This record gives sequence, structure tokens and C-alpha cells, in this order.
Amino acid sequence: MRVDGKGLINRDRKVRFQFNSVGYSGFEGDTVASALLACGERLMARSFKYHRPRGVMTAGSEEPNALVTTGRGAAAEPNVRATVQEVFDGLDVRSQNAWPSLKLDLMEINDLAAPFLGAGFYYKTFMWPRGFWERVYEPVIRRAAGLGGLSGAHNPDRYEKAWAFCDLLVIGAGPAGLMAALTAGRAGADVILADEDSLPGGRLNAETHRIDGIAGCDWAASVSAELRDMDNVRVMTRTTVTGAYDQGTYGALERVSSHLAAPAAGAPRETFWRIVARRSVLASGALERPVAFENNDRPGIMTAGAVRAYLNRWGVLAGQRFVVFGNNDDAHRTAQDLTAAGAEVAALVDSRTDARVASADYPVYTGAVVTGAAGRMGLKSVTISGNGLSRTIDADCLAMSGGWNPTLHLTCHMNGRPKWSEEIAAFVPTSGSVPGLLTAGACHGDFSTSECLRGGARAARTALAELGLKTSAPDVPVADDTPYAISPLWAVPSKGRAWLDFQNDVTVKDVRQAAAENFRSVEHMKRYTTQGMAPDQGKNSNVGALAVLADATGRGIPETGTTTFRPPYVPVSIAALGAGAQGEGFAPRRFTTSHDASVGMGAPMIEAGLWYRPSYFPCAGETTWRQSCDREVGFVRGAVGVCDVSTLGKIDLQGSGAAELLDFVYTNTFSTLKEGRVRYGLMLREDGHVMDDGTTARLGPDHYVMTTTTAAAGNVMRHLEFVHQVLRPDLDVRFTSVTEQWAQFAVAGPRSRDLLNGVLDTAIDNENWPFMSCGGVSVCGVPGRLFRISFSGEHAYEVAVPSRWGESLFRLLTERAEAIGGGAYGMEALNVLRIEKGHITHAEIHGRTTAFDIGFARMVSNKKDCIGQTMAAREGLIDPQRQRLVGLRPVNPTGELSAGAHLFSIGTESTRVNDQGYVTSVAFSPTLGHMIGLGFIEGGPERLGETVRLVDGLRGIETEVEICNPVFVDPEGGRVRG
Amino acid sequence: MADLTARTPCSGVLPFSVGSVTLEETDPGALTSIAAYNGQQGALSDALDQAHGVKLPAANRTTGRAECRAIWFGRDMALLAGPPPDPRLAQHAALTDQSDAWAVVTLSGDGAADVLARLVPADLRSAVFKRGHTLRTQVMHMNASITRTGADSFMIMVFRSMAHTLVDELKTAMEGVAARG
Repeated sequence: MRVDGKGLINRDRKVRFQFNSVGYSGFEGDTVASALLACGERLMARSFKYHRPRGVMTAGSEEPNALVTTGRGAAAEPNVRATVQEVFDGLDVRSQNAWPSLKLDLMEINDLAAPFLGAGFYYKTFMWPRGFWERVYEPVIRRAAGLGGLSGAHNPDRYEKAWAFCDLLVIGAGPAGLMAALTAGRAGADVILADEDSLPGGRLNAETHRIDGIAGCDWAASVSAELRDMDNVRVMTRTTVTGAYDQGTYGALERVSSHLAAPAAGAPRETFWRIVARRSVLASGALERPVAFENNDRPGIMTAGAVRAYLNRWGVLAGQRFVVFGNNDDAHRTAQDLTAAGAEVAALVDSRTDARVASADYPVYTGAVVTGAAGRMGLKSVTISGNGLSRTIDADCLAMSGGWNPTLHLTCHMNGRPKWSEEIAAFVPTSGSVPGLLTAGACHGDFSTSECLRGGARAARTALAELGLKTSAPDVPVADDTPYAISPLWAVPSKGRAWLDFQNDVTVKDVRQAAAENFRSVEHMKRYTTQGMAPDQGKNSNVGALAVLADATGRGIPETGTTTFRPPYVPVSIAALGAGAQGEGFAPRRFTTSHDASVGMGAPMIEAGLWYRPSYFPCAGETTWRQSCDREVGFVRGAVGVCDVSTLGKIDLQGSGAAELLDFVYTNTFSTLKEGRVRYGLMLREDGHVMDDGTTARLGPDHYVMTTTTAAAGNVMRHLEFVHQVLRPDLDVRFTSVTEQWAQFAVAGPRSRDLLNGVLDTAIDNENWPFMSCGGVSVCGVPGRLFRISFSGEHAYEVAVPSRWGESLFRLLTERAEAIGGGAYGMEALNVLRIEKGHITHAEIHGRTTAFDIGFARMVSNKKDCIGQTMAAREGLIDPQRQRLVGLRPVNPTGELSAGAHLFSIGTESTRVNDQGYVTSVAFSPTLGHMIGLGFIEGGPERLGETVRLVDGLRGIETEVEICNPVFVDPEGGRVRG
Repeated sequence: MADLTARTPCSGVLPFSVGSVTLEETDPGALTSIAAYNGQQGALSDALDQAHGVKLPAANRTTGRAECRAIWFGRDMALLAGPPPDPRLAQHAALTDQSDAWAVVTLSGDGAADVLARLVPADLRSAVFKRGHTLRTQVMHMNASITRTGADSFMIMVFRSMAHTLVDELKTAMEGVAARG
């Protein structure tokens, strides 16, 4: 029911939304919870395990009961707190974990079985028979117990991540946070004030306190207006600081558009902030805790502070006839506020015999407690007892308060442990728990408004002084300074179930059961009962549960201790944490200059590291990739093919120490390489295994260009940096990547020189450009570089021009190649060509093979030292019986080979102990007309001519193959010199 | 003899504006990485000054102006943007042509810093990162060089091959900022 004249809602703006497909209306400024309460709806959800009917218990993000799903289909968002979700026109809210409906939930049968479903039930019951847990029990239990579900569809919503930096981060915009931000803002510091509510003010918006003679909420509004006007202050509402991390970094989740009916195009639903603050003030307030008594989870039973919040913030009476029950003076405000609003307070029940209550026009029972509640779908009455009397009082709303717990979660995120304060019967933060973070206000254990204001100002001044910023003593406004008086009350003894953790359905009995079974450590009790787990993170239940545990184990609360609060403080969607990295956002896409041309030619693009490269270039009439690939191989073997090889790493090395560095990182010698010549090089890791291979060209006396494989370009660069900075800082050499500077194309085949001479300003011949020569050329007037090298085994070149000319040159070369019976070739053909020639790639140098294994032992020069040389000489690494590189061809020409297959001697079973080697690369060779492969087998080259069995258990292939020389085409190497 | 046609890294996808922020491709002139040889920093700085009127920049700083700027580019390296390098600099440093290696864009307008705050993990507040300051940092997953060229403008460089990803990332961030009004 709405109360006229109360609340900070906009009554001129009516909002219509749906709850379980029924239309409701509220006002702008309402949450789903406040709007439903105003409409008289108390039942909002079903509990996690027992499917108990539940209503809203709190008015904030700590809400354990009223979890709902918003939206439909792929855009559905489960487990949204009805107390946080603001209403907007068209909002579609559904309750969850109920079937077929919220009011008639068949899974409520679980509640009848409660005697069997207590703590440890799963562990004891579902242990047998073995294997049933995963196949039978767990799926059934998962279906019966749970929260909201995901749609299973790709998330179409936009999420965002962002960084922010400031001198002072103030967490929470209640009286303490506002005062801290104001003090720091006026001093000129860069301030971020973050609050999870849509409206700054914290409890000031929920209470009737006055500050400097005006309403607390008005003071909060005027201070936040002043803060918003300051250029050096950023006020971030709807932003929950979720975690404290190293170096003053905080995670924060901002709800950007989940409260809007029509968000602007491109608006993210949420933004996950990383806020880096030189200092921070935690002013996160306190959370009110419930009292455990029989059936204390009935809809209509709420925390007293929530009842006040709904009345004062939203102008909503949560019921018609109220009982207020507490163990502290603060609860009394509830009765006063309700009475002032014209509501009927049937009783104020205070467990303290010495409680002092000012004159009241409602019945007051001191030294009494609520022992039970009736009304399954909504509270009907409560039973109170005290001073030897027991009576039942009709009520549809019970406002309960077991006291307040400082919201100190963030101070525990870096393993800080809170301290127990007898005075307020709660844990308080230990100072210094998070470097650079100070606590102020209620989260510090200071509960009066006046103390909060002073504490906020003090914390800001301390923080700024540490930063060397001057502040003047602020005028702290006058406010209520009533001391907080409390006498602990955790659980009212009862025979029935009394809830401690509403979210996880954990009762007093469960905790006592855990203690009885010797799960006496608070950490063990937590895991045995599930208390404080999941999204709740013990916000409502933690202290109550450990107080019960302390009692059951005969210890005090400080000795019992508390479990660890971990980030995030509120649930954070993975979509927000991973914002921007969905789909193609996962990694940068690297395109070559010929990308558009290749795509235009219909080439399917495949990823090579971050690069996209053409797989093959389909022609009209071709229906399989093999047809295209075979044709492209034919271009190179018969005419000329063009392939973009710009993705290979290119490293420019200069300086008097360049040659010596190369001699040190390569197994072979480069100091002896003549200018204008290229040499193939092999690089080892320190442990003697092959790291990478490639060619290096000498362009000048102190100038080299190294090429690496596409995949290892970054690793090789890092390796060179390490070698230079750490091992050989004495060498005067500088190197930098030029991979991106040059667009480089392989031009391969018997007609390669003809093709090139059509684009080179000065024609070349075999005498001035022999095999393995290099140098500068002019390509259609553009200064470029030409390397006569070959990966295919044919007469071939690589021609490079600055990247701006790349696309144009690719189109030109392709067009002209086509005119002479050739054309572009892709990765498939490139791979076939190199396998035919026995050239290795990272399929062979996969990290576990040595130069010896691949037949390159003679490339490891013993005239000089190089990285990996010593370790490569270890006995085990030069054993002739090691698995060494060989070629493989099918005995029967139609036989199939597959990469990943293993090799076995004829007549042995294909079992692990008989395994003699494996296949690394295979291809159908159009040149030879059958499949060919490369692989490693024990003894390797010593077994040439032997027939072995190739077995691929995965694909069901078994083929007899002959071990052969890995060079299948032109083993003499005549063609490259053509 | 055929003519080759030059194409810039962002041709076809820039410029555009979203809200108050504009993203456009920048022609920085020639780009040359300059890495001083051992003990040559001082001599190189003098030679640079003599040849091009700019000193060797300190870490995270630039020298010069738009038409000729030396940008700190990492450990022992500067990037000369503008004129082709005087060949005499080669006595003191390794000179490497990088004119075609980088996609260079300028993000400008009210809110440009907010756009970068969505992609860059570095403190770019104007009091900390002033005009002429530069950083080697990240733009989302890409290694980048960022230089503040004005109160509301930043020059951003990433590998040429990543130009399209850069534009996509910036566009998304620009939309996110514009949507907040």
C-alpha cells in the first residue's frame, strides 16, 4: 500500500511492468520489490532447496529471497534481485525455481521431505551405488534445487569494460561516503564516488533522520548535487564495487542500461570497471541481520530496516498490521516511523528485559521474543513469548532486527581478518587489511549518523594527507548521535526449522548437526551445510550461523572466527568480465595486404596464429578443396604460383654485433655469409631442442634480415631480446620487427623468373640472381627486395614491397601468372609442396625434436658455441635409436595416410609398448599420384626401405607404408637452381 | 610497366564520427625507428637535433610537433615521424623504415579520453598524460603506441595488420560512450 506524501519516487510518472505475465504498475524510482509490495504482493519467489514460498526480506543487493529473471529468450537475465532491479515500462519479470507456477510449486514436496534433506544428506545418501552420483542423483537434484537458468542461446546484449583512475575512491554514498567525497572534492582531489544504488544517500534515504535541520535525504541530494558540479569528482551511481585487488585496484560493476525501457543504441547493459585509486575510503554501511526463529522465512517477514526503507524511500507500507521484533534500540524507529505514517503496529517486541522504550501508542513487550510465525503463502500471525506468557498476534508483516553487521567484505578480499566487537556484537574491520584503504561510518562500526559524518570527513583528510594534499577541516553538519544499544540474540529456541541462510536453505538445526558431526571449524561447517555460499557470500547469514556454531561447540564467537569473504561482493556476469572478447573480439585479427583480394577470389580464410590466410582459391567447377589444391600445386610444379608469405616474421638486425649475435642464436654460421646472400638457419632452445627455422639474408656489412615461421615470430623476437639483454649485452646490435613493413610474395615455379621480369624495372637472370641470392630491386618503380629462396623446391623467389603497395602487387602478379598458366596458391597447396620437398614446419619441430632427430645434426656447427649446442649433445639426444625423421609412402598406391597415426613393426600388435613412432604431416601428392607423409620412427634413416604399419585408431585407418627419404620430389635439388 | 597503387591501412573504413568523437586516419609521413648504438644516445640526440630539429625523447615523451615528431617507442628506441631520416643518423643508430608497418589513427573530440578508457589500461587523465606524452600500452588486446596530441585528441598506432580490429574496437567503445549521452 502506498502512503501519500512519502517516498522519493516520481508519482507523476507511472510505470507498467509484468510479473509472471500479470500486469502491475509502479512509479519511476521504484524497484520491482517496492512496486510489488505496493500492490500487496508478498510472495515473490521459491527457496533454493525446499521450494518454500518466499517474500522480499531486504531492500538492497543483499536480498536472499526475491531473485527473479528479467527479459525473455536469449536476453533473459537470471537471478536478478527484485530489490535492485528498477522498474520501467515493459519490464518483464518472472519468478524462478517454481513449477508449474509460483503459487503452486510441485517441487514444494521437498519441504515435506525436509527431515531427510538436512545438512550432509547428499554426502551420506548418494554415495551408493558407485557411479550413480553423476548419472542419476546429481541431474535429479540439480533439476529440483536451483536458481534461475540461462537461455542456452548466444548472449546478444552488449557489455563493456573500462578503466578509471583517481586520487581517492569513495565506496558508498551514505552519510560517511558523501562526507568523505565532499571533503576530498573541495580539497581539489580527483575523486570517484561509487554507490550501488540509483540514488546517493544510503540509509539517509531510508530513514527520517535530520541533518543540519533538514531531512537527511535532502541533505544527501544537495551534497550529491554539489559533488556532481565539481570537475574533479565523478559520481558513479548503480555501481557496486565488487572486489579489492593489488596496487589500489578495485573491480566495480555498473548497471548502465538494465533499468531503461529503451537504452540508446550501442549502450552496454553493464560496464565492469577497474578503478585504480591511490587511496580509498570504504563507506559501505552495514547490513541488518535476521533473527532465527521457527518459520522466520514466511513471506511478510522482513528486516526492520527494510520495512523503514520501503516506507520512507518508496512510500510503501509492506503490510497492514505490523509487529516489530528486535534486540536493539534501532528497531524501535520502525515502530515510530510506521505509527507516524498511520500504520497499525500490533506490538513492539524487544528481547532485552532492560530495553527502554519511549512513550508509545502501541503495545510494547520487553524481555519477549517471537517464537514462531504462521501463514504459508504470507504471514498471518506471530507467536510471542516472554515473562512466562505466550500469545499469538495477528500480523501480515514482521519487522525483525538482530542488529547490524558492518559491510566489511572488501577489507577481507586480500586475506584481512575482521575483529569481533563485543560492544556492537558484530565483526569490525581490521585496519590496514587492504593497503591504502580506510574505513568510515557504519562499515567501521560507527552506527550513529553523526559519527558517520565525522568518520567520513576524517578518513578523507587522512587519505589526502598521505597523498600530500592539503585539506581544511570541514564543517561537519549536526545530526543524530544516539548511541547504538544492543544485546545479542541469534536464535530463538524452537522445535521446528529456524532459518539462518535463506538463500541456501540452511537452518539452525543444520549448523548444530554439523557441529554434532564434528564439523566444528567454521570453514568445515560452511562446506558441510552450504551456509554462506553462492551469491549470498554470507551477507545475511554469516554472523548468525557462526554464533549458533559457537554456541553448539561451547566457544565464543571470536574463537570460532568467520569464513573468508571473497570477491565479488555481488554476482558479476561473465559477460561483463569478458566484455569485448566474445566471438571475434577474442583476439586481434591480423589481415595481410592481400586479404580483400583473397576474399574477393572466394578463398576460405584459415587462422595461422592471429593471421588470416587463404586456404585455397576455388575455381569454377571445383567441388572439393582437393581439386583446387591439386591445381594450385600444378601451377608451381608446371608454371608459376603466387602466394602471400607476409605473415612470416621478419626481424631487421643492425650493428657491429649483429653477425656475432646470429652465430650465437643459430646453430650454423652467419658471420661468414656474404652480402647479398641468404642462408637457411636453425635455432635451438637452451635445452637443445629445435625452436624455429628460417632464412636470414645479409643486406649489408652490419645489416641482416631474419625470417621466422609465422607462428613463432613473437617467440623468436622475445628470445632475441632475452639473449641480447641477458646473455650478450656486450654485443652492439639493435633489432626490430619489420614483419608489417613489407608485403612479401612467393613467386614459385619454372616460370617464376618470367613473371618477375615483367614487373621488375631491371630484368634478372640466373647469373646475377643465383639460388640463395638477395638484394634491392625496383618493382614497377617501387623500391623493393628480392630473395631467391624456395620452400616448394622449385625455381622460386620471394619479392617484397612496402605494405602500402602489397595489395596492388598481389593482384598484378596473380593476373599475370594466370596469363601464363599459373595463379595464386593457398595454404593447402603450400603445405603439399613443402611435404613433397620434405621441408619441415612446426608439425615436425613441435618442441620435442632435436636437430639430430630431423636429420640436421651437421647443421650444428662445432666451430663455435651456440645456444642449445651443449645440451643437444647429451647422450640421450644423439642416440641413433631415437625417433627420427623419415618419409612415408603407402605400399599400395591407394593406401591412406593420416597425421597423428602411429607406426608399428609388421607382425606386432598396435599397443603402446610396440609403438615405434608417429606421423606428423601427410598430403596427397598430385605430382606422385599417391599420399605421402613425414613422421618420426625409431632408428629413422637406418630403416629406409622397411615396411611398417601405420595405425590411426581415431579414424580407423591401417595402412602398410614404406619408410623412405623425406624428400619426395627432386631430391637432387636441381630445380631450385633452374 | 604497370603502375602499383598504394593503399593506406584504414582506407575504406575511416573516417567516421560517433557522438562528439571522431576517428580518422592520420598520415604521419615517413616513420623510422631509431635505436641508438651502445653509448651513442647523446651523439644521436645532437645529430637528430641538427638534422631534424628534435631531440631524442625521454621515456614516455615526444619531442617536436606534428610535421616532425620523435616519439619514444620502447626500450632504447624512438620513432621519427615526418621527414625521411638524415642518412648521417646511421652513424649513431640503427635506422629502420617502418612507414608501412603501422596503422595510425587520430581519435579526437569531447569524450575521446572516455573512449580510450574502455580499451586502454593506462592512466590517460589530462593532468597525468599531458599533450606530448606518449605510452607503449595496449588497446584491448593489441600492443599500441598512444600519444596525446591535444586537449581532446590522441594519436594511436597499432600493427598495420590489426587496423580493422583497431577500428572495430574503437567504434564499439565510441558507441558505448555516446550512448551515455
